[in-house]
Amino acid sequence: MSEAIEPEIDIDALKEQGVDLDVAEKVAPEREISVEVGDALVQVQNLTIKFGGLTALDNVSFDINRGEILGLIGPNGAGKTTCFNAMTGVYKPTSGKVLLEGKPLNGLAQHKITRRGLARTFQNIRLFGEMTALENVVVGLDARHKTSVGGALFRLPTHTREEKTAVERGMALLEFVGIADHAHFLSRHLPYGYQRRLEIARALATDPKVLCLDEPAAGFNPAEKEELMALIRTIRNDGYTVLLIEHDMKLVMGVTDRIVVLEFGKKIADAVPKVIRDDPKVISAYLGEPEDDVA
Amino acid sequence: MSTTEGPTLIPDDAAAQAMADREAKGKPRKGWFPGLGEKWNALPRQTQWLFLIIVVVIAYLLPILNPPFITTEPGNNWQIALAQMSVYALVAVGLNVVVGYAGLLDLGYVAFFAVGSYTAAMFTSPDSPYLHIPYLWTLPLAMAITMFFGVLLGVPTLRLRGDYLAIVTLGFGEIVRILATIIPAMKGQVGFQNVGHPPGTDAEGQPIFLNSNGTPWYWLTLTIIIVVLLAAGNLERSRVGRAWIAIREDEDAAEIMGVPTFKYKVWAFAIGASVGGLSGALFAGQVGFVNNQKFDIATSILFLAAVVMGGTGNKVGAVLGGSLVAYIPLRFTAIAEFKYLIFGAALVLIMIFRPGGILPARQSLLAYGRTAYNKLREATGKKPAPGQLAPNTGKGAGDE
Repeated sequence: MSEAIEPEIDIDALKEQGVDLDVAEKVAPEREISVEVGDALVQVQNLTIKFGGLTALDNVSFDINRGEILGLIGPNGAGKTTCFNAMTGVYKPTSGKVLLEGKPLNGLAQHKITRRGLARTFQNIRLFGEMTALENVVVGLDARHKTSVGGALFRLPTHTREEKTAVERGMALLEFVGIADHAHFLSRHLPYGYQRRLEIARALATDPKVLCLDEPAAGFNPAEKEELMALIRTIRNDGYTVLLIEHDMKLVMGVTDRIVVLEFGKKIADAVPKVIRDDPKVISAYLGEPEDDVA
Repeated sequence: MSTTEGPTLIPDDAAAQAMADREAKGKPRKGWFPGLGEKWNALPRQTQWLFLIIVVVIAYLLPILNPPFITTEPGNNWQIALAQMSVYALVAVGLNVVVGYAGLLDLGYVAFFAVGSYTAAMFTSPDSPYLHIPYLWTLPLAMAITMFFGVLLGVPTLRLRGDYLAIVTLGFGEIVRILATIIPAMKGQVGFQNVGHPPGTDAEGQPIFLNSNGTPWYWLTLTIIIVVLLAAGNLERSRVGRAWIAIREDEDAAEIMGVPTFKYKVWAFAIGASVGGLSGALFAGQVGFVNNQKFDIATSILFLAAVVMGGTGNKVGAVLGGSLVAYIPLRFTAIAEFKYLIFGAALVLIMIFRPGGILPARQSLLAYGRTAYNKLREATGKKPAPGQLAPNTGKGAGDE
């Protein structure tokens, strides 16, 4: 672990949360990021996505600043996941741009976007069922590895080194999300809550500059949600930037630094949680317009 | 993820129990000899090697031992039967890379086998008017040419998935067979006689590698199988193997986790094809005659049956499946003409009762996973072995 990135880890906050600092340090991001803390790391500019006649996203722009937890919320069907998919390259935007560290991501293959530093989890869990938890995480770590067929076939030194560090860092990641004692289980045999955590560990393994979580607390009870939010805060304190999709307002209010609200594919608000809470447009988006109530 | 057994919602003690139950329930499917897999994994590395060496030595001695009951005589020459079985085993190992690891259903694998056979024949047979080279050189040449064909087929078609890919590969298999029929240079049904063989003569001045003597061919192929298995093992426990399995499990998720899926699918095709070509060249040399009659769709299906029967994704299972598919019609000559009926029925039964195949043991995908899992075992006081662990009742999921 180099000295250069040490200051970005919020050690005091981690201590307060009772996180094992050794583990936290091992898991901390390893890459240089060209953007200063607090500046825009990801810029979504005028993003529009149309499916046939349906406009799923309409001219949406927002920034994700380095070191923050940004919440992306909205009622069902508002375009949250579409926005996610456009950022990670699953959908090609009809118009608009997504910039990471000022460089456009448009048109890049999905695995290249991941390697550039945009990792995500899935709303419906998509682990590699026949792999153990540790192997799942190592697939994520492989995103930063160089070995290919030749190196593996002849067990070249790079391969050996990568394999050794992968096991070590993989275990640290599992420890970090709290499922290290289940490293040897096939991931499809893990309980639901652990699968969600494993997805986060696998995404973290790609050493992302921005970690995008798509409803990571779906299907959780309130106590579990609380634990998960603590984990997300720990991830941020460990030096990561987080984009969080969630439609549980209470949850988002508690953990995020800033919130972007979508409704019918349009951005209707972008502010700190306190302001969002009292924004009449957001309230009506969630509770319905008064005239709708009457009807 | 399985569709029948969903994950438990809340990680508490009940969930831990449910998880242990699921692990335990999955167990009987893991082997006809319950507990063997765990015992094997628990053995120290040296002991495992010792066992493997014994198995290999027995395999090498098979043509000399000619064990009663197992032998295919008097119906078929045992040594030649062994040579054919070993070729089929090698084919299955190659196809297993494509079907078992990367999960790409290839119904035209015989095409690569054919390309390999024709390479060996056209560069060595006196019937061929072209350049002649020593037989052993045709082995790497066949690998290179089939690898090229693998890439040629893979690059345009690997954007397709599942059934669509299967149909395209099926078509490719037919194209190669029909080309062999209609291109005059490939001599259709007349074929090529006296395909070459490796050099060397015995004390009496007779060549060692004769078409009528299977033993040297068997030893040669067995040696090649061992090398290919070691190579496949190296690939398995590396970034490449993990990429393949990830693609098999969930291609979209793999891509988003940074796996260059297209590149690794083409690699799987190329590697699988080259092994198919290698086995084709060996087959051509052993039989000594190549024409267009041996490379039909049914052979493709037979290769696939070998992989599925042996245990999809398990290289040792593939060796077993490949040998069995060749062995059964040779051993039981009375029923040989019903072999497709028998294999069909066997496949249906296997799919019902042993969906993982005869040897469904799960491969380890980490070069140093053993160390990590052992450390974990020491730390937690449990006895996990990767993939197949004792149910850890009570403790576990609940405590964080």
